[in-house]
Amino acid sequence: MRKNYYIISDGKLMRDENTIYFENEEGKKPIPINTIYAIYALGSLSITSKAISYLAKEGVCIHFFNRYGFYEGSFYPRESLISGEVVLRQAEHHLEKEKRLYLAKAFVEGSILNMAKVAKKSGEDDTDIISTLQSLYDAKSIAEIMGIEATARNAYYEKFDSILKELKFEKRSRQPPENEVNAMISFGNSLLYSAVLSELYHTQLNPAISYLHEPSERRFSLALDLAEIFKPLIVDRLIFNLVNNRIIQKDDFDREMNGILLNENGKRKFVKAFNERLEKTIKHKDLNRNVSYQRLIRLECYKLIKHFFGVEKYKPFVIWW
Amino acid sequence: MLDEMYVRGTQVNYYFVCKTKLWLFSKNVSMEQESDLVKLGSLLQRQFFGREEKDVSIGPISIDVLRRGDEIEIVEVKKSDSIEKADYYQVLYYLYYLSKFGIKAKGRISYPKKKKVVEVRLEEEGEIEEVLERIAEILAGEMPKPEYKSYCRKCAYFEFCFCG
Repeated sequence: MRKNYYIISDGKLMRDENTIYFENEEGKKPIPINTIYAIYALGSLSITSKAISYLAKEGVCIHFFNRYGFYEGSFYPRESLISGEVVLRQAEHHLEKEKRLYLAKAFVEGSILNMAKVAKKSGEDDTDIISTLQSLYDAKSIAEIMGIEATARNAYYEKFDSILKELKFEKRSRQPPENEVNAMISFGNSLLYSAVLSELYHTQLNPAISYLHEPSERRFSLALDLAEIFKPLIVDRLIFNLVNNRIIQKDDFDREMNGILLNENGKRKFVKAFNERLEKTIKHKDLNRNVSYQRLIRLECYKLIKHFFGVEKYKPFVIWW
Repeated sequence: MLDEMYVRGTQVNYYFVCKTKLWLFSKNVSMEQESDLVKLGSLLQRQFFGREEKDVSIGPISIDVLRRGDEIEIVEVKKSDSIEKADYYQVLYYLYYLSKFGIKAKGRISYPKKKKVVEVRLEEEGEIEEVLERIAEILAGEMPKPEYKSYCRKCAYFEFCFCG
């Protein structure tokens, strides 16, 4: 099984023969190539061109974050899985208004249902989240759909302070995050976005053709679309665990010019828990097979391709356990 | 050149295994890159072949060829004989393809794990031509809906087909 590697300290990636090495002050550590699924570079990382071309050949994505933990960009190797048929149909579903609205609504529907599920499981009343669904079904434009998603999310965020026992959330703030919880949400969402992008890379989908978000919004806007569905399960629940079990505490953050941010120790804890969540498995109800949370993202990609091919209408992933 | 000359051997094989897989594979929606079973298959192929064989690509087909005296023999190595019919037609198609260039050859399917060999000869062209026509029809149509069969769980497309 290939794994995600999170490189938090500063250092250098290089290739020697057929092995990738990570070198820093503590020494040189081999990372066998066939164990690497994706690399998350969270520190200041130098990479030799030999290492880059070897990772490209092996289809390994590298996601870069700045020292504040904000996503900067990805090394997305040359695509090896290309299907003209998939790309054409993906574009068709973007260009035809009704088709695009169907998918945009599906992503938001999944997002709302998952937020409701997470709130409910934490002992909160979810009616105000769920009640946004009616207006979602009636929505006639992407802007309207975006607005409904924002309303649902605000209703959902209002529950955070009663779910979180230690740290305060108050309200969503980004760039800069004004408190610890907001810092974790931003960091977690960036990691999730990267994880979705890694999955997209291993399919024939074109990551730039999106439905809910505008394709111009970011280079890989389809990853933004899909990430919406998984934020409650993968990021928010993780934060509840970390805070309520006091794994992450106030001293895991630094106050910087850019607001409050996880420090190196905090990032280390967060990333470890994040990866454990991606690797966590669940018995899939249709496949009757254990799949990891990360694999669930891949399955969403497959469902989209089937939707484009007209064999099965896309229904968003909703937490079923 | 004939239309059927663009068909790949794998497609003929998949026609007998699964129409959905044939369609997806033909539209370049491949899933094999992550499959351990597929990796095992190609490893077996490499390991099994000795010195005299040659990996030859002609247009869409890629075959292992071996020359024994005056006769050319084409060889296909397979991991298991569970879909023997598909393997048979795949080799039959190679023989048919070569015959279009005026090359007479005989075929052999080898199942090293079973220590079993199956000989293939091109007796008449009708049956393979019919298969090629059917493949063209399937590819001209929409994606065939996945149908669950006993061997689906081992297929590289299993998750794709049945994830909901």
